[in-house]
Formats: sequence, structure tokens, C-alpha cells
Amino acid sequence: MGRFIVRRFFQSCLLLLGVATMSFSLIHLAPGGPEVFNEDPRLPREYAQQQRADFGLDKPLPVQYVIWLGQAARLNFGRSFVDKRPVTDKIFERVPNTFLLAGSSLLLGFLGVPLGVLAALRRGRSFDHATRFFTALGNATPHWWLGLIILLVSARTVHWFPLAGTQTIGDGSLLDRLHHLLLPALLGAIGGWIGYSRLVRSEFLEVSTQDFVRTARAKGLPERSVIVRHTLRNALLPVVTSLGGLLTVVLSGSLLFETTFSWPGIGRLAYEAAQQRDYPVVMALTIFTAALSILGNFFVDIAYTFVDPRVQYE
Amino acid sequence: MSQTDATALRSLAPTTAAAYRSDSFARAAWGRFLRDRFAVAALVIFVLIAAISFTAPLITANILHSDPNRGRLTQKFRSPDREHPLGTDDFGRDQLARLLHAGQVSLSIGFLSAFVSLAIGVSLGMLAAYYGRWVDDAINALVQMFNNIPTLFLLILLSIIFRPSVVGLAFLIGLTGWTGTTRQVRARVLSERRRDYVDAAIVMGARTRRIVYRHILPNVSSLVLVFAGFDIIGAIISEAGISYLGFGVQIPTASWGNMLSKSFDYFTIAPWLIIAPGVIVVLTELCLFQLTDGLRDALDPRLKS
Repeated sequence: MGRFIVRRFFQSCLLLLGVATMSFSLIHLAPGGPEVFNEDPRLPREYAQQQRADFGLDKPLPVQYVIWLGQAARLNFGRSFVDKRPVTDKIFERVPNTFLLAGSSLLLGFLGVPLGVLAALRRGRSFDHATRFFTALGNATPHWWLGLIILLVSARTVHWFPLAGTQTIGDGSLLDRLHHLLLPALLGAIGGWIGYSRLVRSEFLEVSTQDFVRTARAKGLPERSVIVRHTLRNALLPVVTSLGGLLTVVLSGSLLFETTFSWPGIGRLAYEAAQQRDYPVVMALTIFTAALSILGNFFVDIAYTFVDPRVQYE
Repeated sequence: MSQTDATALRSLAPTTAAAYRSDSFARAAWGRFLRDRFAVAALVIFVLIAAISFTAPLITANILHSDPNRGRLTQKFRSPDREHPLGTDDFGRDQLARLLHAGQVSLSIGFLSAFVSLAIGVSLGMLAAYYGRWVDDAINALVQMFNNIPTLFLLILLSIIFRPSVVGLAFLIGLTGWTGTTRQVRARVLSERRRDYVDAAIVMGARTRRIVYRHILPNVSSLVLVFAGFDIIGAIISEAGISYLGFGVQIPTASWGNMLSKSFDYFTIAPWLIIAPGVIVVLTELCLFQLTDGLRDALDPRLKS
């Protein structure tokens, strides 16, 4: 167990190194070379000279690589072209907003689990068909577009949802914040609903054919207990595994949702930075979100060893 | 006994030598596919959408008499009427004409990126399963790495660095979407390797190369069609998302995604401009999903629960 955690930790570090290496290659593959990431008319000339010294841009490539890794490890990704502030500062002040939105979406996504269980229990009946239909529809629809349509309808008729931002200016109450959070969080959760309901349904059906479920029934346990304690508990295992992948998807989706709802998180930051060709910010955000996702997957894998003791790790 | 019954019987009894011949496998699969009414309907609608999109220049010039890229500023933001069935946009361009031309672009990107991600995914998956050991580990690490990078961030970064054309964009989308295929092909090749027919080939003295290309590949290839379907679905959604943000297909070329990129400016003045491009994306994706689902069941009846 301890050895597994150490091994998995080193694996995560290697993945991170891989992401960093890819980013370094991109910086050098860019038309115009690494200068694109350091020089910009919006910044003073001295800054470019400083960067050239810091990143050893006059040194051979392998040396530059090592220096770049060192700077990345110290979270130095240069300064933003737009407001000349360190990129890392800009990212970190936006992170809490993204955590709030992405975290709410992930939590709300778990509502897909009961849907899947119900669909499995009513297999072949109308509820099952209905979830199947809505899953197909949900898969086919770009969720940000659905958000636009809901906003459009709401703005013209019932005024249920605020159009943008995290709160009404001059009103910072909890209720107001939750009101602003509701729609983007629900839209971000659709991925979870679709994924979990299908996954839990098929897993539930699979587990119900296992011997231990038959044994549970044979020894006269009430049906409720057979379903909840024997079938459901085992059917939930893949939900834990897939949480890691869903995290990456939700992070990626934050770009679309935060842009659509003017939510000041890192997704919106990436959008604004890319619009202004603020290369260092977009680069750092790609590395940062990948690192978040690697970290999340690391914890998910650790959690899995606690949830499923049958799993053996070499 | 009707023709379809005969086909069905043949598919149930694949022990005859004829059933193993690829042409009758295809025919049997086609027979199974035709019995899935939803899949057939999806195929018909999808072919219709594709046909209309790819003949868009003819249709807009001869039937609609409008130009997707030329508008009159005096005619901007006209709501749908007889002359402009879907209204006009901020440059007074006919929305229907743009929508049809956009279909050409979006569908092409879907097909091309699916091709790219299939080429990468299938070859890496086969390599990983065939060579095993460190090759497998290396490819697995690469898959893990790409799976951990939130795709849209990477796509936007690549887009502002390389400023790709439509074809370039398709390549970039394909380049970020191959990991699923790699994993599935790898798993599938590994499971095929344990089958009797592979043992038989080994006993007959076939080389590993021959076994992979002549025996395993044909058994995996039908699945490739299914992966292709899912790759096209993914690529169309990706294109829509990234073009909506403004970093995909660049204006004036229309795509389903970039027609929505100014949605917020249209919010109060021209809401109809937000609806049509989204609806056509949903319809296309829905068809592709049903189609791919039907294909999967038809090609591999064992998978059907």
C-alpha cells in the first residue's frame, strides 16, 4: 500500500515532467521561437533582456531546457503582456472561483448515480428508455450552447437566472452568490449525469448477476438490503475510478462555461489572455490545469485502494 | 424464406466457411444494421445533412440566390422571413446560406480530424499490444499524459501559437483526440491474441507480423469504423466549442461553431442567430450517435447486452 502510493507519486511526477517537456518543445516550435513568449511591444525592453538572462536563451538547447524546468518548478512563467504582472499571481487569484464552480459541478454530477440505479431497477421500462433518450440528447448537445439558450429564454420570459458574473454588484449575500452559481454549475454537471447514469446502470446490472447477490437473496435478506448493501456498494466502484477523468473534462469545460457566464475563473482568464495574445498566461494555464488534473487523478487512485480492497498493486 | 431471414441465419451460424469470408461478414452486419430502425433513420438524416452541406454552393447560388459571405449592411439583423428563411446576421448576410456552407466546413473538420486521430490511435494501439514491454509502457505514458491535459486549454494554446487554417485546425483537433482509440485497440488486440485462431496460426508456423496483419487486424478493423464514428462526434463538438470561443475557424469562413461566437451581441437584437447553428449541431450529433451505436451492435453482436 505504502509502496503503491510512492510508485504512483513518482508516476505523477513523470507525467508532469512530460507535460513540462511538451510545453518547452511548443515554446521552441512556435513560429518566431521562444522570443514570442518574452518579447512584446506592450512590455519594456529591459524585461525581454531580463527574461533572456533568466531563461538562458543564449545557451544551448539542453541547458535552456534544464533552466526552464527550474524556473517552472519555482512557478516562474514570466509576466503577462497585458498588465505586466507575474503570470502566477494572475492565475492564483482566479483559482478559487474555478474551484467553486468546478467543485459544484462535480458534486452535482453525482446525482447521476441514483438515476443509473433507478434505470437499472426499471430496466426496459419507460424510465430506463427516458434516461437513455436524455443521455443521447445530452451527449449530442454542446452544453455551453444549451446554457446560451436557457439564458436567452430566461432573459426574455421568467428572469430566473442572472446573465453573468459571480454576484450582483453591491450585493454579496450568500443567496445571491448561489443564485449566480446555479445555472453554470448545473450545466457543468450534465457530463457527470450522463456518464454516471450509464456507468452505474450497466455496472449495477453486471453486479446483480454475481454469485454473492444470489447468496444474499438466498439467505433471505430483505430486497432493500440486497440492493443497497450488496449490489450498489459494488456497483459504485467504477464511479470512483471515473472521477479522475471527469475532473479533466470539467476543467476543460470551464473554458466554455466561464466564458459564457463571465465567471472570473481560470477558464475565463485563458479566454481573455488568448484573445489578447498573452502567450505566457495561456501557456502557464495549460501546464497548471494539467498539473491539477494529474494531482486529482493521483488522489483518486489512492482513494480507490481504500474503497476496493480486492485490488492488488504490484 | 426471405432474403433477410437467410442473412440472419447465416449470421447465427458462422461455422460455415463462407461466413468467415469478409464479404459475407459485411453483408451479415449490414443486414443486422438494417433491422435497427433508429440507426437507419439516423443514417438517412445524416446523409441528407451531409449532402445538403456539400452541395451548398450550388444550392445557395441557384435556389436561395444568396451569397454566404456577402451581405448588405442595410439588411442586417432581419428576422426570418420569406426572402431570408433564417434571417440575416450582423453584416446582413443570409443566415441559411451561411449555415449550409458552415456545414461543409464543420463536417470536413469532423471527418479529417477523425482520420488523423484514427491513424494515430490505431497504429499506437497496435504497436503497444504487439511489442509490449517498454513500447507499451511508453505509449501508455503518452496516453496518460494527453488524458490529463484539459483539451480545450491545449487547443487554444496551439491555436494562438500556430494560427491554423481549417485543415490545420482539423489536424490539431485530431492530434488531441486519439487516446481513447489507442486504449481500445490495444485492449482488443490483446484479447484477440488469446483466441484459438491465433494459436492455430502460430501452430501453422505463421510469423508474428503475418498474424498481426492477416489475422488480428481484420478482426479489429470492423471496430475501427465504430471508433471513427465516435471520433467524428468528438471532433464536431470540439470544433464548435473552440470556434465559439473565437480560436477555431476564422471569419469570414463560416462554421457551425463560429456562427455562435458573437452570441452575446445577438442576445437582445437577433436571438434567431443563436438558435439555428446549435440545432443543426445537435441534430447531426444525435444522428451520428445513433448511427455509431447501430454500427457497433451490427458489427459486433457479442457486445450487445
